Amino acid sequence: MIISQSKPFEEIIKYLEGSKKVVITGCSLCASTCKVGGEEEILKMKNSLEEKGIEVIGHRILDPSCNYLKVKKDLKVLKKDFKEADSVLSLACGDGTQTVAKLLKLPVYPGNNTMFIGEVKRVGEFEESCKACGDCELGWTGGICPTTLCAKGLLNGACGGAKEGKCEVDSNKDCGWILIYEKLKSLGKLDNLTEIREPRNYKRVVSPGRLNLNDKGDAC
Amino acid sequence: MGILREAFDRGDFVVTVEIAPPKGTDFSHLKECAQAIKGRVHGVNVTDFQSASLKATSLATCKMLKDLGLEPVLQITGRDRNRIAIQGELLSAGVFDIENVLALTGDHTVVGDHPEAKCVFELDSVGILKIASILCEGKDMNGNKLKGKPHFYLGACVTPKYEPLEIQILKMEKKVKAGAKFFQTQGVYDIETMKNFREKTRHIDAKILAGIIPLKSVGMAKYMNKNVPGIFIPDELIERMKNAEKKVEEGIKIAGELIGKLRENDLCDGVHVMAIGAEENIPDILRKADLWNGEMLENCVALASGK
Repeated sequence: MIISQSKPFEEIIKYLEGSKKVVITGCSLCASTCKVGGEEEILKMKNSLEEKGIEVIGHRILDPSCNYLKVKKDLKVLKKDFKEADSVLSLACGDGTQTVAKLLKLPVYPGNNTMFIGEVKRVGEFEESCKACGDCELGWTGGICPTTLCAKGLLNGACGGAKEGKCEVDSNKDCGWILIYEKLKSLGKLDNLTEIREPRNYKRVVSPGRLNLNDKGDAC
Repeated sequence: MGILREAFDRGDFVVTVEIAPPKGTDFSHLKECAQAIKGRVHGVNVTDFQSASLKATSLATCKMLKDLGLEPVLQITGRDRNRIAIQGELLSAGVFDIENVLALTGDHTVVGDHPEAKCVFELDSVGILKIASILCEGKDMNGNKLKGKPHFYLGACVTPKYEPLEIQILKMEKKVKAGAKFFQTQGVYDIETMKNFREKTRHIDAKILAGIIPLKSVGMAKYMNKNVPGIFIPDELIERMKNAEKKVEEGIKIAGELIGKLRENDLCDGVHVMAIGAEENIPDILRKADLWNGEMLENCVALASGK
């Protein structure tokens, strides 16, 4: 899941300076789960903006905000509102906000910061788990991602920086490489750690990434 | 062949010291410190933006030391440079006939003085060693031919006090496979740690320099115990520092005693002394640790001047 966090309200207000009428869009998937772009958050934002004298003339949860064709269709419902609106506030992730922006001639502003791809630990608690590196290493690491869980993204094992199993960067975080070691040890696969791993091929993840299932060959 | 490699090959008890480049362009203090140890040590290890903090570069400092007649060890980390910059830095070291290279992963930027900086870490210590070995074969990591090639004597780091130690040993084995010929350890303060480490690494064909960081105060000891990974200072040493009238001298005395015990028990092939910000104390440390050898002076100076 894409984990997002609300931007500070002051930053949002700054974007909306000069906007008298605003439309708010949200997202039914990740942003809703993260409690930053669902029904509740949209209504809360609506109240906050109206307290500041900004009129919210329409709002809608897009299902989801990152699906170009669906968003195109969904936005039609708000067609009348867009004619009147000065700008749009998107409470989706960065991806969803860009989709909305692409489809409208109005300024579209982000209400969230997109943080990472992560796991929902429990309600309201998320943990980063994937860097979308384009070259999944989980096959030899016991299903634990070194690119994400090691603060340095090392591929050849732990640095000397761990203290009592915790990372030098943040003593609240486990050293990813100690986790990998323990897991592989329990699986009887410590041999996986003896091979020198080549540096990652960054050519594979040159931005902006594109993938078309109808194309033959690698994504690029 | 450089002084360091030759000393190891000869079976000498090797002494290297660590010097940090200045933060700024004034090298006068560094030069004074270097002159004071010229001919007394087998290598001067120059840190690479140590603790992720901005300094002059290791390469420039190594070149300066070389010109002064000392044997430099170029430290290089993967934190600030991608594979192009690392290979370029190594080729540049080769141009200056800097033979010794110590490859490190590097501290994360968040612990340094520019915590907002982007970390690179494209290559870790193993990757740097491997690439340095490839450059020595006259090609770059993508197989492109080089015009002229460097000759490196490669080293790396290891932390003997680590839980679980097997993680360090697995990586140490990889480092040797990638070309490391010598290791310097994180600072050690007790003989048991080194005994255990030596026992578990007997199968590894590489020279070991035990890391020595003389204590300067009780506060320093406590701080390191709490914050520096891989450091374990036993209570009895902290007690000795507490009771000592002259703290710095006591710290040096403790270091000297430990070096004596390490030699006696054949637990290392030499020592790497890190004075950490007190490089001017190095001659005193070496004298009190019984490492101030007149004979070495002649050897090293002769070698450094190419005789």
